[in-house]
Amino acid sequence: MKRMQIAGLIFLALWFPAFAIPPVFANPGPAEGEQAPGRGMAQQATKGAKRWITADHSKHEALKQPFTSGPEVTKACLSCHSEAATQIHKTIHWTWVDPASPKDKPMGKGALTVNNYCVSIHGNEPRCTSCHIGYGWKDKTFDFTDASKVDCLVCHEQTGTYKKFPAGAGNPVKEPVVFKGDGQEYLPPEWNKVAQSVGRPTRENCGVCHFYGGGGDMVKHGDLDSSMTKPNKALDVHMGTDGKNFDCTRCHTTTAHQVAGRIYSTPAAKERKTLAQDDLTPRITCESCHTGTPHKPGVKANDHTDKVACQTCHISEFARALPTKMRWDWSTAGKKKDGKPFKEKGPLGTPVYDTQKGNFIWEKNVKPQYFWYNGTIDAVSLKDPIDPTKPVALNWPVGRPDDPNARIAPFKVHSGKQPYDTVNKTMLVPHLFGPPDSDAYWAKYDWKLALESGMKKAGLPFSGQFDFVETSYVFPTTHMVAPKDKSVSCNECHTRDDGRMANIKGVYLPGRDGNKVVEILGWAAVLGSLAGVLLHALGRAVSGRRKEG
Amino acid sequence: MDTNNTTCKMVNIYLYTRYERFWHWLQSALIAILLVTGFEANGLYTLFGFKTAVEIHNFVGISWLIAFAFFVFWVFTTGEWRQYVPTTKKMLEVVRYYLYGIFRGEPHPFPKRKDAKHNPLQRIVYLSLAAFLLPLQMLTGFLYWSYNSWSAWGLGWLSLKVVAAVHLAGGFAILSFLIVHLYMITTGHSLGAHTRAMICGWEEVEERESIEDWEIKSRVKTTG
Repeated sequence: MKRMQIAGLIFLALWFPAFAIPPVFANPGPAEGEQAPGRGMAQQATKGAKRWITADHSKHEALKQPFTSGPEVTKACLSCHSEAATQIHKTIHWTWVDPASPKDKPMGKGALTVNNYCVSIHGNEPRCTSCHIGYGWKDKTFDFTDASKVDCLVCHEQTGTYKKFPAGAGNPVKEPVVFKGDGQEYLPPEWNKVAQSVGRPTRENCGVCHFYGGGGDMVKHGDLDSSMTKPNKALDVHMGTDGKNFDCTRCHTTTAHQVAGRIYSTPAAKERKTLAQDDLTPRITCESCHTGTPHKPGVKANDHTDKVACQTCHISEFARALPTKMRWDWSTAGKKKDGKPFKEKGPLGTPVYDTQKGNFIWEKNVKPQYFWYNGTIDAVSLKDPIDPTKPVALNWPVGRPDDPNARIAPFKVHSGKQPYDTVNKTMLVPHLFGPPDSDAYWAKYDWKLALESGMKKAGLPFSGQFDFVETSYVFPTTHMVAPKDKSVSCNECHTRDDGRMANIKGVYLPGRDGNKVVEILGWAAVLGSLAGVLLHALGRAVSGRRKEG
Repeated sequence: MDTNNTTCKMVNIYLYTRYERFWHWLQSALIAILLVTGFEANGLYTLFGFKTAVEIHNFVGISWLIAFAFFVFWVFTTGEWRQYVPTTKKMLEVVRYYLYGIFRGEPHPFPKRKDAKHNPLQRIVYLSLAAFLLPLQMLTGFLYWSYNSWSAWGLGWLSLKVVAAVHLAGGFAILSFLIVHLYMITTGHSLGAHTRAMICGWEEVEERESIEDWEIKSRVKTTG
């Protein structure tokens, strides 16, 4: 019997040291020369990125002719790239309409979408369409089938000198003009120079519009602003010039001018696939390169990838270099100082009041909000009824805890206060931008006139009665991926004190969720036991002393 | 406790074998760590931080599971399981002793013997513990730990919320047991007698005339 016990002990003794080194303890941090498999996969998928090209555009005769306008350059481009305009015409970059949205309720900037920045394009085209990849979308009459109206240069020129005038309906100026909005002087392009410089789009090309959405730098996304033109690794591990130095198109892979990415209700990727499973899959998701189990074997984070988006842990804060706009209150617009419109700057050096626009709140290093998200964002259209008794979500992430494609993902939520029709219960389009004699708000500062004009231009009914309602608008946070030591730590979510996941429902989160009934009964049992033994001990002590005495 | 006024003779007996003692202290250490890290992971307090607490808890829990298999092997191959067979015989005597006799300095109605280590009350308590509560805790802990594999194992219908609640309830039950257990070990003929026995194996107990048949673990029944 005893021999058997000793044998058992020896066996245990042999067994334990072998088991005593699980991966979590063996690898407290990344050892030298050893890294997570997901990083290795991504490095394999992206190394050797030297691009080559068989054409030198500065030698092409077509680009040496004298040009006086954009469309002339476009025609020259199309003389070789015969299908380019046809391809462009099918993209949302051109139509500003979500091709997947219903025909009777088209969604998109160019259709019935409404946001809580400048609200809507209708009536404000010349200003908004300075970010359209075309020439001359100044009102509804713009011809979307005209090939020569495609602006090849804004995405492809590489001199950095080509500028569309901010209020020029997508056209550059023909002679030097100062834009009153920013006081900058805009110069006519040196057409031959910019045309001969063309190449694949860089961060600068995409950034010209996408870093300045909403009318200025840092206004819209929170994870896309001018700091991303030349970010360092600390701001973005992929795009950092001291890191991987990726251009946007490194992930936003492009086929026939269709740039990979989410389009309103169409997710950026329909399936969760890696390049190893499908070498032509777009690199638009983290998983494309990093795989679905990117961390070292045995690391708990690998078990999170089914329900938690990579971005949730790896982008702990957005707007880390520059502040971003978090709130826009239109209801306070129109105040004047000495009868004149004015602007006021806040502590972050950004405007906090503007007579034209109302009050703003800006924030830096912002913690995202979290929602279940299957890659789809749904939105209120200008035709949809709204409930003004509570804040109106103008768009919202779609996804439920039980949806296998939905994961918890981070978002910037921009709040606003903007006009709605108190009779028709719909959101309203203000005509903002226009000449001094127009009904535009920035001309006469009269909401009623501006709303009547805006709704008329949008072809939508307006009762004439309006008020302001609280709204929210979401942006998925996916850029500005931080170095891994800046990831969100476990206890920021697995905590009872108002953690990052405080509002996430539909999942049992250890450390956040307890069980009240079990806890109350449990403590009753523990305290009961304690009281019982204390009383018993007291009894023994007293009776013992009595005997001794 | 005061034993001088009794007429009992004290004898030294070898109660706990080496493995038994090793197992007892190993298990108590594992359980202590599991309680501390488990309640932290549940969100009760912050000591190691959630991540470290969970890592320790997982590692110690799996270790316990493996070590417990050896205990089960031991308990059956040595026949020690007979010490855990429950009985209601003379249960009331034991209860009466702890509620009354102990205060009057009466001798324990069932002094320990090598072949009968557990009195009827201990039998029922340790059986519940070793055959029900601890395995339940290991099972729910293992399920909790393997949450991500549930669908693959055909256990997709399980609810983490329920598994977590049962596991937490088990944790409270073990903590309650621990409190009572820690107190009860002071009730030997001296405050440290039981503890010393579990360390060196020998315990000084009151001499007892006979062990009744039903108490004996051995298959070969001996009489007085």
